[in-house]
Amino acid sequence: MLSVQEADFDVAALYAQLRSAAGNAGAIVSFTGLVREFYDSTEAGREPAVQRLVLEHYPGMTEKALLAIVDEARLRWDVLAWQVIHRVGPLNAGDQIVHVGIASTHRGDAFAAAEFIMDYLKTRAPFWKKQHTAEGAEWIESRSSDEAARARWEKR
Amino acid sequence: MLNIQYFASLRETLGRSAEVLALPEGVGTVGALADHLASSRGGAWPALQDVTQVLVAVNQTIVDRGYPLTGTEEVAFFPPMTGG
Repeated sequence: MLSVQEADFDVAALYAQLRSAAGNAGAIVSFTGLVREFYDSTEAGREPAVQRLVLEHYPGMTEKALLAIVDEARLRWDVLAWQVIHRVGPLNAGDQIVHVGIASTHRGDAFAAAEFIMDYLKTRAPFWKKQHTAEGAEWIESRSSDEAARARWEKR
Repeated sequence: MLNIQYFASLRETLGRSAEVLALPEGVGTVGALADHLASSRGGAWPALQDVTQVLVAVNQTIVDRGYPLTGTEEVAFFPPMTGG
């Protein structure tokens, strides 16, 4: 189940849904990403100042890219049921932003598939974050650590 | 016609979110399209030529700059993605 939406989501309800869809699963991994308070990386020790985060996406391509990532995960691991929810629009610190749920026969596949989807989603699905602080707004730059996390899954 | 879209910081830099454009004479790839927009418009448009800061998708799939265009595609230019 894939959803790109402005609305918040209920992890307990999603878990129940995944569990009932999963048949004879032996493991469910449920990951939820939250909006952190941001710090200005150019000034060490500075207080968090972010008041709001706005997520832009590319309607159509975002869903297509997420489905391609899930398809690749399903080729690599035993995935009995899955969920990917990603929010867009305005968000505040502490808000839920992304959810990945994977049901599998064994825990190893469930952990790996969930982590793979998250690592690819951060750098290969068209979402962009803009942070708004008291001093103004700026686009968050992509991080090389996110790209490195994705690259380690590449097949040699 | 090409349906061209611009996203996020690039949309703001260029002051444009979308446009419909006939494939310019002599332009056969996405790289050549970026070069054409940069040289014919000037101003902020040469930003499109930065291959590390601007990604390109054709018909909603990421491609490299050598990808061919026939003039009927949806082309999108955007900065590196920051989801999750």
